[in-house]
Order: sequence, then structure tokens, then C-alpha cells
Amino acid sequence: MSATVKSGKDAGAMSGKDAGVKSGKGAGVKSGEGTGKDAKAGGARGRGVTAARRITAVRTKGGLSLRFDARATFVGLLLLAVALAAGIALIGSGDYPMTPGEVMATLTGGGDAGQQFIVQDLRLPRVLVGLLVGAAFGIAGAVFQTVSRNPLGSPDVLGFAQGSSVGALVVIVYFQGGTFAVAVGAVVGGVVTGLAIFLLAWKRGIHGYRFVLVGIGASAMLYAMVLYLMTKANIVEATRATTWMTGSLNGRDWDQVWPLAAVCAVLVPVVLLYGRPLRMLEMGDDAAYALGVRVDRVRLVALMAAVVLVASATAAAGPISFVALTAPQLARRLTRSPGPNLLPAALMGAVLLVAADWSSQRLFGADQLPVGVLTGVLGGGYLLWLLATERKAGRI
Amino acid sequence: MRSAGLVASVAVLAVIAVLGIAVGAKQIPLDQVWHGVFHYSGSDSGVVVRDVRFPRTLLGLIVGAALGLAGTVMQALTRNPLADPGVLGINAGASAAVVSAISFFGVTSLTGYVWFAFAGAAVVSVAVYVLGGTRSATPVRLALAGTALTAVLVGYINAVNLMDTAALDKMRFWTVGSLASATMPTVTHIAPFLAVGGVLALLIARPLNAIALGDDQARALGARLTRTRVLAMLAVTLLCGGATAVCGPIVYVGLMVPHVVRAITGPDMRWILPYSAVLSPVLLLGADVLGRVVARPGELQVGIVTAVVGGPVFIYLVRRRRMAQL
Amino acid sequence: MSRLTAENVTLAYDQRVIAENLSVAIPDHSFTVIVGPNACGKSTLLRALSRMLKPAAGSVLLDGSAISSLPAKKVAKALGLLPQSSIAPDGITVADLVARGRYPHQGLLRQWSADDERIVQESMAATGVAELADRYVDELSGGQRQRVWIAMALAQQTPLFLLDEPTTYLDIQHQIEVLDLCAELHEEQGRTLVAVLHDLNHAARYATHLIAMKDGAIIAEGAPADIVTAELVERVFGISCQVIDDPETGTPLVVPAARKPRNGGSGGGRAAAEQTTAAVAAGAPRG
Repeated sequence: MSATVKSGKDAGAMSGKDAGVKSGKGAGVKSGEGTGKDAKAGGARGRGVTAARRITAVRTKGGLSLRFDARATFVGLLLLAVALAAGIALIGSGDYPMTPGEVMATLTGGGDAGQQFIVQDLRLPRVLVGLLVGAAFGIAGAVFQTVSRNPLGSPDVLGFAQGSSVGALVVIVYFQGGTFAVAVGAVVGGVVTGLAIFLLAWKRGIHGYRFVLVGIGASAMLYAMVLYLMTKANIVEATRATTWMTGSLNGRDWDQVWPLAAVCAVLVPVVLLYGRPLRMLEMGDDAAYALGVRVDRVRLVALMAAVVLVASATAAAGPISFVALTAPQLARRLTRSPGPNLLPAALMGAVLLVAADWSSQRLFGADQLPVGVLTGVLGGGYLLWLLATERKAGRI
Repeated sequence: MRSAGLVASVAVLAVIAVLGIAVGAKQIPLDQVWHGVFHYSGSDSGVVVRDVRFPRTLLGLIVGAALGLAGTVMQALTRNPLADPGVLGINAGASAAVVSAISFFGVTSLTGYVWFAFAGAAVVSVAVYVLGGTRSATPVRLALAGTALTAVLVGYINAVNLMDTAALDKMRFWTVGSLASATMPTVTHIAPFLAVGGVLALLIARPLNAIALGDDQARALGARLTRTRVLAMLAVTLLCGGATAVCGPIVYVGLMVPHVVRAITGPDMRWILPYSAVLSPVLLLGADVLGRVVARPGELQVGIVTAVVGGPVFIYLVRRRRMAQL
Repeated sequence: MSRLTAENVTLAYDQRVIAENLSVAIPDHSFTVIVGPNACGKSTLLRALSRMLKPAAGSVLLDGSAISSLPAKKVAKALGLLPQSSIAPDGITVADLVARGRYPHQGLLRQWSADDERIVQESMAATGVAELADRYVDELSGGQRQRVWIAMALAQQTPLFLLDEPTTYLDIQHQIEVLDLCAELHEEQGRTLVAVLHDLNHAARYATHLIAMKDGAIIAEGAPADIVTAELVERVFGISCQVIDDPETGTPLVVPAARKPRNGGSGGGRAAAEQTTAAVAAGAPRG
């Protein structure tokens, strides 16, 4: 397969004849933003800020072509590297600390029997659960925000997390069930809530705004049930419920990894396949429809997949709050590209969760605080920092 | 038409307020209600009315109105249908301050929480405004800054709760939101804040109308964006901070009522605000009365009943009507 | 010949019927403009033609087959639409937005061909937004923004192009700019354009084929010079007027009658004719 690589300044690379020259010109534009070359052409506010993004197209003679946004690709690879590094650091931390080298050696089959046991049986599954849960929340959050066209439209806000919580709390408070039973309760609660919201919001199709409003109503009722269950519980159950609702990775083993991995393996590609039509959805239903996007089907399939991802992730680790909300926002601020940024959001979610777990162990000691305490602090704090530093740019 | 509706809503509110005094673990006939409020004679019913039911109803009235106004202003300010006062981080700020008060300062009385909650709410809303970009604030940035700060604070609250079980035991009842703690002193303490906030909210109805059209058009119409934003946030802090301080974070009243009101009145803030101020206490007091009736002789916290009753009604309205978009 | 036709369609939102038994054929290579008073069903008809609205009865045909049964992307290659309201995603640049018009021609493994790149360039050049390529859409003026959206629809490269009130919310300068652009697209690229316009005089000047609607029915259709008469305007819009020749183009120009003075007196016909130039400049009253 012979591929020609061309790069240019966005679509601004007229014909690709002189790719080298164009690429040089594009590189001259500092990190996506520079001053306008024609301020007189006059925006409404006359600021004349331009945003040159470097798009690289890989084309084959057979007519296939792939499009890469240089910055987004770089950010994606970086996030992947950070996620893996944080994972390795997390495996290495605990009562029996290991260096990254030892971890790598043990993962690839080396190390002594003790190390093998600690890594393979105890810590690796926990890290994998963290990575998968983070990725699932991140990508699902991106879908929710795109479909609701609202940066606050995350599963925590629209009632899905509360649904899972009600399911889990019923098991905890009324049946004193074990971990597996609680997980089942969470999945049932999450999926039932999802179906109920779909059915209630369905009126010849899922309309984004109605979906949001129905979500608010459902979330209100379910949250009230959570509060009610909390006041009915004894203090032991209440503590357990709070821990569960905060979200924790303590004691996760392969039993949690496999179901979640299976769900992710099926649904993440499904969502990614819908990435391009989802991007069109941002421009309003009419515009997307006119471009040949089957608006209702895209919305329905993507949302269903997101709901199941959220429910499965919640079952594995609890409704870790704010990952689904902050990861897509962080991702799009880093890539500086419009669109749902599905893959960067998933990677960002994974980074957030594993980094939060690692910091929690570092700061408070092993298994003292559930990871959900730190994801909010980390994700929220990082988002605040980005908001504060990009204030001058004034760009969302 | 709209004014008739408003008058009718006030009448409904009056009826519910009277019910709020009459109904409870001890049923009190209406004439006794009258006597208890206006000609206190020291009878049993009189005591219940004057010391328990009347302040509670009064508190429900002003807190309900405050939450409704605060929610309306928030949604207009951020142009986001998902915005409730909590989006500015006010609930989280108040909760964080209360949990600190319980855990680190050993405060155990509800009257002690009040000032902590208020201070927390005020600090957080200023922080959100600064982080949201003061002059260059946009609706999305404000909402995101508030949510991000909420995320951080919730992490803190959870951490304290999980490390200090005694605090969790107190917090889980405060968090629910209840009118049960109402006494006349609480009401008189908090009323001035809510009154100032309420007047402020009603005063900025016109510029908020302009903001609804988008920043550019608002500027073109001569609205002073920065000033309106600051005043709006001040109003929301006073209203929601005060309400949260006395009753705990009663969410969803401020979120749902404005949507229902907008479907009735259309997009004019000059109507939405008064309607919200009347219909929110209808929901809150109605829920409070219901909470006392269904669980007699105990009661269900108003925060729970509000959401359980309000949620389905809200969804029904969303389905039936074409909701006015922001 | 007509690639796009509607046959006996009944159009309704929920239970509210807008138009019944409506049939229309869009002449190929025409610049068809639909006019009529508010709520006459003109936008609804356009929505049906662009398959945004599924008719309650009857069908819209594209090349002889029901448009609703055709694959979405196939239709999108033949028929483009400029909707009344579109949302520019936060932080998107002009070039990015225009590039999204290539969606129906792309696939998972065919994301950004050399053709895509060339056509996006051409579309931006044709609409005069090439020099804005790297600017953020949300900081452009209303007229620029509308041209960007048109560029996006152009990049879709469809022989049929439907525009729903493309001049609404624009000032007179930008209205003319957008309409001139439409006329160029029609004449130079031979595309079939269908537009809903509010302004009868704009319609009469730019259209090659005019459809006048009232209460969900088509009252008249044909070349503006043939059908725009004082009687038709009276019947459709309920105003009395004179129809004179446009001094610039010779197309019909509708001049509404002057307000009748309370106590008789002759309504100044001559005065109205003299005000012609002023009326054109001020962008005559909206339909």
C-alpha cells in the first residue's frame, strides 16, 4: 500500500502540489492561534483572531484517505502515554512498592513469584478497571454532551448515575447484599433509568432539549430516593453507601475486569463509528439531516451505547462523579478542535481516574479514601486551571 | 391573562399556606389557626401554631420564593436549561462550609450551621465569578467554572464525610433539606438577606431579558453586561445562600419551576420572575404539607417530597407541552 | 423536466394541517422562489421538499422515487439545504465548517480526499469567504456567517439547492449580497435553486420561476413577469398596489399603495411611482 502523506494548513492547503512549503507555513502559526492577517475584514467584535489547525491527510492510490488533526493526534498519543505511565506507577505503589522497571519486568513475565502474585492478581486488575471505567465515562460523557448540545449534559446530571445509585442503595440498605449483588443492582438501576428516560423523552424521535429536561425530572426523583434511602440506613450501611456512591477501586479483581472489558470492546468501537455523524449533529438537526445524517438513529444508537457503558462502569466502580463531565471538556480544550473528541475524551477519562487513584494512595495511604474523592478534585481543579489560563484567549 | 394567572397562583399559595399551618401531626381547625397567628392566647393549638407551624410556613414561603427566583436568574444568566443555583457552586460551597463546621469546629446546632453555610456560599460564588473570567465571562464559562469548583468541593465533602463518621451522620440529614428546624429567630435572621436578593432579582428583569438574546445583541441594546452579571450573581448568592443556610441544599425547586413557568408566561423575565416567586413556594409548601400527611406522625423531608412529586409533574409537562427553549 | 416534485402531499405538524393535496414541480436549472404571507406554508413546503418533514399523505419524489425511501447519504449528494437555523459549534473555524459539507461524500476510510480539499477551497472562493478560512465562525458578522453556511452547503456539491429564508435577519446590503450570490450559482454553475423569501420584490427580481402561496395552496406559478400583477398581490397578500417595471432590471416591481388619507382625496399614484427608487433602497416591506 503506497501512501502519500500531505500536510497543510487545515483545508487552507489549496492543492497539495507544494506540500512541503505549505507545511512549513502552517508550522509558523503558533499553537493554533495567531493574530489575524486581515483584521479589517472585520468580525462582529473586530478581534480578528485566526485559528489555523494543521490537518494531515494520508491518502492511498486506491482512493482511501484518512484525516488527522496534528494537534488532536498529538494530544491523543500524549494522553495514552500518560495513562499507561500512571497505570504503571499505580501498580508500583502500595504496601509493597515496586519500581516502574520491576513492574514492567513482572508484566512481561519476569519477577519473582511474590511480585507475580501482587501484580497479576492484586494490582493489575485494579488498574485495568480504573482505565476501563475512566475511558467508559469519558467517551459516554462526550456522547451525552454532544447529543444534548450542552457542556453540562453528563450522565450525572441527567439522572443515569442516580438511577444506578438507587439500584445499588436498595441492595445495600434493604438486602445488605455483597459486592456482586450491589453491582447487579447498579446495572439494573442504570439500564432501567436509561430506558425510562428514553421512553419518556420519545416523541417521534429523541429531541435533544426534551431529553435534557426529562433527564432533569428523572434525576430529581431518583436523587430524592437516594436521600430517602440514606436517611433510612443505619450508620454502617450509610457509610458503605457513601463509599459506593463516591466510587472506589478498592479490591477490584478480574471478576470486575472481564465483564467491563467485554462491554467496552463492543461498545467503544460502536460509539467511535458514530463519531463523524455525531460531529454533524452539533450543527443542529436540520443541517445534519441535510448532510445525510440519520439524526434519530445516530442519536439513539450513540446514547444507548453510552448508557450501557455508564451502567457497566458504574457497576464496576460506583458512579464516580465528574469524570463524564470534565473529561470531554478537558479533552476539547487540549485538542482545541470542535466536535465530540470521542477518543481524546476516553483517554482523558482513563488518565483522570488512574491518576486520581495514584494520588489518593500517595496522599492518604493505601485504600484510605475511595478514588471518587480525588477524581472530582483532580478533574475539577484541572478544568478550573484551564479556564483561568485561557481567559485571555476568551475561547470556549 | 398572565396577570389573572398570577392572581390565581397567589390564591393557591394562600390556601396552601393555611393548610401548612392547619395540617400536621396535630390537626388544628381553621379558627384556631386564625387565633394562633393573630390573637395568641396560650392554648395548646396556639403554641403549636405560633412556635412551630407559623414560622415553618413562613420559612417555606420565603425560601421557596428565593429558590425559584435564584433558579430563574441562573438559567437566564447562563442561558442554560440545566443551570440551577447549584451550578454556581453555591450549594457545594455551603455544604463544604457546614461539613467543616461539624467536623473541625464541633458546631452541632442548626443555628450554628447557618452562618457557615452562608459564608461558604458567598466565598464560592465570588470564586466562580473570578475563575469564570470576570469581565470576559461568558455563560458557558460561568457554568463550567461553577461545575468544576463544585467537583472539587464535593470531593472535599466526601473525603471529610468518609473520614469522620460522626460528621456523615449529621450531614446526611442536613443534605436532604428540611423546613423542620424553623423558628421565628431563624426566619427573622435570614429574611433580610432573602428580601434584598429578591428585590435585586426583580430589578434586573429587563437587562436579563436583553442578555437572553445573546451577548452581542444585549450589548447592542445597551444592556450593561458586566454590571448585570455581577448583580445577578449577588442576587443568586443572597437568595440561594440564605435558603441553603437555613434549609440545607434543596435542589430541583430552582431547576424545575422556571421551566414550567416559562411554558406559561413565554420568555419575558418580567413575568417569569414573579411567577417563579409564587409557584416555587407552592411546590415547596405543598411538598412540606404532603410530607407531613403521608408519613404521620413522623414526616418526610421536604427535599424528598419536592423531587418525588415535582419530578413526575415536570416530566408530564415536558411531554405535553412544547417547552420554551432558552 | 423536474427532478424534484411533490405529488398530492398533505403537510401537517402534529394534528395541525398546513397544506392539503399540494402538488408542485421544481423546473430543473431554475431559480425558483416561493413567496406568500406568513404562515402560508411556504417554509413547510420547503421542509417537505428537503425531506425534513415527512408528508402525512402523498409523496415527494426525487428523480421519480420517493425521497423518504432513498438512503440519506444518496439524497444528500443530490439535494442540499440551507436551514433557517443552524448552530456553529463552539470554536470552529470557517474552513472546518465548510469542510463539513463534504460529509455525504466521505466515509470511514475516505475521510479527506484531494477532491474534498479542492471543492472546499472552491466553495469558499465562490462565496468570498476564502480569506476568512482560519477565522472563528462565531466572530463573523451576520452576512459573513450566512455566506459561510452557504459555502458549506455548496461544498456538498448538489445539483439541487434549497434555501429557507436565506436573507432573514440580514440588513439590506447583506440581503443583496446573498441573493446576488444565489443568482451567480444559478447562472454560472447551472444549479437548481429553490428559496423561500419574504420580500416579494427580491423574489420578482431574482427568480426565474415564482410560486405564490396562500393558506397552504399554490395560487400562481410561473415567470415573475407573467404572474406578478396587482390582482395577484391583492389576492395573496391582501394589499392594494401598483406593479411597475423595475428601473434596474425591468422585472415587476410591487409598489404598495400609499396610506389612504382619512377624508377621501386621491391616493397619490404618481407619488408612489416617484418613490420607487427609495422603496427599493429601503428594502420594501416584508411579505
